[in-house]
Amino acid sequence: MKFTIVVQAAPAASQAAWSAYQFTRSALAAGHGIYRVFFYGDGVYNTNSLSVPPQDEFDLVKAWNTLLDEHGIDAISCVSSALKRGVLDAGEAERYERSCANLSTAATLSGLGQLVDATLASDRVITFGA
Amino acid sequence: MSDDRKTLTFITRRAPYGLGNAKASLDMVLSAAVFDQQVHYIFMGEGVLQLRRGQQPAAIDAKDLSAAFSALPLYDVDSIHVEAEALQARGMSAADLVIPVKVASAADIAALINVSDAVFNL
Repeated sequence: MKFTIVVQAAPAASQAAWSAYQFTRSALAAGHGIYRVFFYGDGVYNTNSLSVPPQDEFDLVKAWNTLLDEHGIDAISCVSSALKRGVLDAGEAERYERSCANLSTAATLSGLGQLVDATLASDRVITFGA
Repeated sequence: MSDDRKTLTFITRRAPYGLGNAKASLDMVLSAAVFDQQVHYIFMGEGVLQLRRGQQPAAIDAKDLSAAFSALPLYDVDSIHVEAEALQARGMSAADLVIPVKVASAADIAALINVSDAVFNL
């Protein structure tokens, strides 16, 4: 089965982001394909590589990055959600003259069209958080 | 494109301001419409307040969301449904809304969900 995962919740705010990660990890372990992970709204905080959780806690941002990277999964952070929330890649940081870029390396900034495309291409779209 | 046309349903359940959900739903609906998909847009619960006439969001430094709804026909989004019970619970009727909609029962909404390829809830 080919899944697209939509993440709408931030790691620090809600269990939903954790469930999304665990679902993605489990789906891969069970041999399913992940067509795309789309971070929308507060979900873009899952791709904020500047977040620093307490040392004895699970680092969800880092874990996402590793999982997406290891499996070569296409991961998109919604660009308008991300800019609003201060999650920038190098190009946007330069364009808007901000001091640094912080988008996780496994993610790319792009638009909602990528979500529609993913919905058309996947067998199932699973949404976490709202 | 017609081969992979899907039916996408967007359920919006939050009041227009104070949370980003309403705007996030609207943006999703418009994107799906641009991709020429069959779109159902359903307003449930406090989400019906998004369509209420006479909003003055400038008073809280917010941008008026309701103005954008009148653009939906330009995107060929014409399947717009409002939960009947939610209107009733708020003492509202279709006449209080900024655009023409279909007033839908819970069964009508269930039927729309049933024919959808994907449902997005916000």
